[in-house]
Amino acid sequence: MELLIASAIGLLTAAGVYLVLRARTFPVVLGLTFLSYAVNLFIFASGGLRTGAPPVVGAQATYADPLPQALVLTAIVIGFGMTAYLIVLAMQARAATGSDHVDAGTTPQARQAAEEA
Amino acid sequence: MNHLPALPFLLPALSACLLVLLWGRLRAQRAVAVVSVAALLAVASACLLHTSDGGARVYAMGAWPARLGIVFVLDRLSALMVALTAAVAAASLLYALRGWDTRGAHFHPLLQFQIMGLNGAFLTGDLFNLFVCFELMLIASYGLLQHGRGAPRLRASVHYVVLNLIGSTLFLVAVSLLYRVGGTLNMADLGVMLAQAPRAQWPWIQAGAGVLLVVFLLKAAAAPLYLWLPGTYGAAAAPVAAIFTLLTKVGVYAVLRVYPLVFGASPAADLATTVALPAALGAVAAAALGALSAPSLGTLTAWLALGSTATWLAAVATGAAGAVGGGLYYLLASSLATAGLFLLTDTIARHRGAAADRLERAPPMPAARLMGAAFFVLAVALSGMPPLAGFLGKFMILQGAPGAPWLWGVILGASLLNIVALAKAGSRLFWNLEPAPPATTLDRRLLAAPAVLLGLITALTAVANPVVGFTRQAAAEALDPGGTRWEVLGAGPSAPRTGGRLPAPGGREAAP
Repeated sequence: MELLIASAIGLLTAAGVYLVLRARTFPVVLGLTFLSYAVNLFIFASGGLRTGAPPVVGAQATYADPLPQALVLTAIVIGFGMTAYLIVLAMQARAATGSDHVDAGTTPQARQAAEEA
Repeated sequence: MNHLPALPFLLPALSACLLVLLWGRLRAQRAVAVVSVAALLAVASACLLHTSDGGARVYAMGAWPARLGIVFVLDRLSALMVALTAAVAAASLLYALRGWDTRGAHFHPLLQFQIMGLNGAFLTGDLFNLFVCFELMLIASYGLLQHGRGAPRLRASVHYVVLNLIGSTLFLVAVSLLYRVGGTLNMADLGVMLAQAPRAQWPWIQAGAGVLLVVFLLKAAAAPLYLWLPGTYGAAAAPVAAIFTLLTKVGVYAVLRVYPLVFGASPAADLATTVALPAALGAVAAAALGALSAPSLGTLTAWLALGSTATWLAAVATGAAGAVGGGLYYLLASSLATAGLFLLTDTIARHRGAAADRLERAPPMPAARLMGAAFFVLAVALSGMPPLAGFLGKFMILQGAPGAPWLWGVILGASLLNIVALAKAGSRLFWNLEPAPPATTLDRRLLAAPAVLLGLITALTAVANPVVGFTRQAAAEALDPGGTRWEVLGAGPSAPRTGGRLPAPGGREAAP
């Protein structure tokens, strides 16, 4: 299970980093989403991995660390709100500048991309 | 229990909620905002008075023992930061009341949320809560950056939001790494646990400390992570840019708060010094060059804001109590001056017709002598020339770090370049004029907020001795947090010194 979780986190991070480095806002938003999935799994794993152990003290002989689960919940809420805001922002920037390039209107490449679009 | 440590956070939180309910009723919003900021000033003064005899006041949220619940810690350093926030927020609000708050719907609630996030970050004693306060602060800043609209602001917002989201992701990674080793998030407790960690776990601590430092340096806009700052601050509305000068300071504050307290006795103890000093000096140099090349007064001020934060970071990175204490005094002076210059820039831009704040030939301004005098005094304070507080602060930073030739060279060289940049800007703004009478008359009430900040800088200079005594003690307390640690771990009603922790969860046996 350690290998599975570790490779899932690694894959999500790799995909996230690749997408964040793209020049259009939509892939960047997707990349940030991937990164936040990866980091949520990472927080979850920081409590240690154990199957069949509920995060409740005293219910069974062993239990999972409940704190990382609470932290993940907080991180998910914040990440969700931020992503929603970023999408609205990106759409407004698209409407105002006529381009979904992250540098819309400032560089020659971005202007060219706007003309093509 | 004394509730004072929580008040600087709760007061803006409550008034922000009230302001949201008063949506669309500008007069009521203005009244609530003014009352709230005035109360905040009173609370901040009370915090300063309370901490002046030393020690840390610890407030356990919900009366949970410190290791289980979230604690707020009020000591000299956090009281100083809260007071600075209150002063800058008051000036920003005063200026916004003269028209900026009508250019968007939610200026007043967002400003209060911004203050809440800042104060929370300055007061919290819990690493995850620090993350949450960073987020509160950033969410409010995303909204404020949008205030007044316009395509340049939208574009700057996209960059700013994406960068900070990546920073938040890294913050969470660092927090989980440290939680894995220490099994706690309370900073004081984490410091104890990390110091006891077996050698096999040192790489985790070093990785966590390194990732965390990257996050703080991104917030503090140290080299090479500063490129977002001039565009963002230059694009923001004037009262917003004034309060934004504190956002980068939070990054430096976090370095000063977290590294001695959490990593002081751990294998990552010297990380902040070795990495942050070159990063800070790089940013000081870049800011000086950027200021020289700035095409407008707003951009110039943004670069100077970067330089002021980076100078403070350099002082913190030396790790010497004298330099950090001097740096704190410099921080007070330079933050007030930067905020004042942002506000004055807007006043100047409003009275120069189409040229706005660009450094080019334009019709003369009304009351040019008055505005020129204000610009001159702020420029003296910002560039660190005698006799004002900026000079004293820089002098004490250099005096406190005698064995750092790089620090001396870079800071003095950057000061010279800043003087050149400000002199160039001033001569173009006030002397390179089209032969025409001023087109507008000056609304003198616009100068009230910069005048208040100027008065504060002058007062800081006049009572420099007691203030420096306070900042030196604050620095010594932050750099050697043994007392703070004991007081935090002893807080709370049941407050067991030994035991009282949850038994180790089963899953933790699989530790690497």
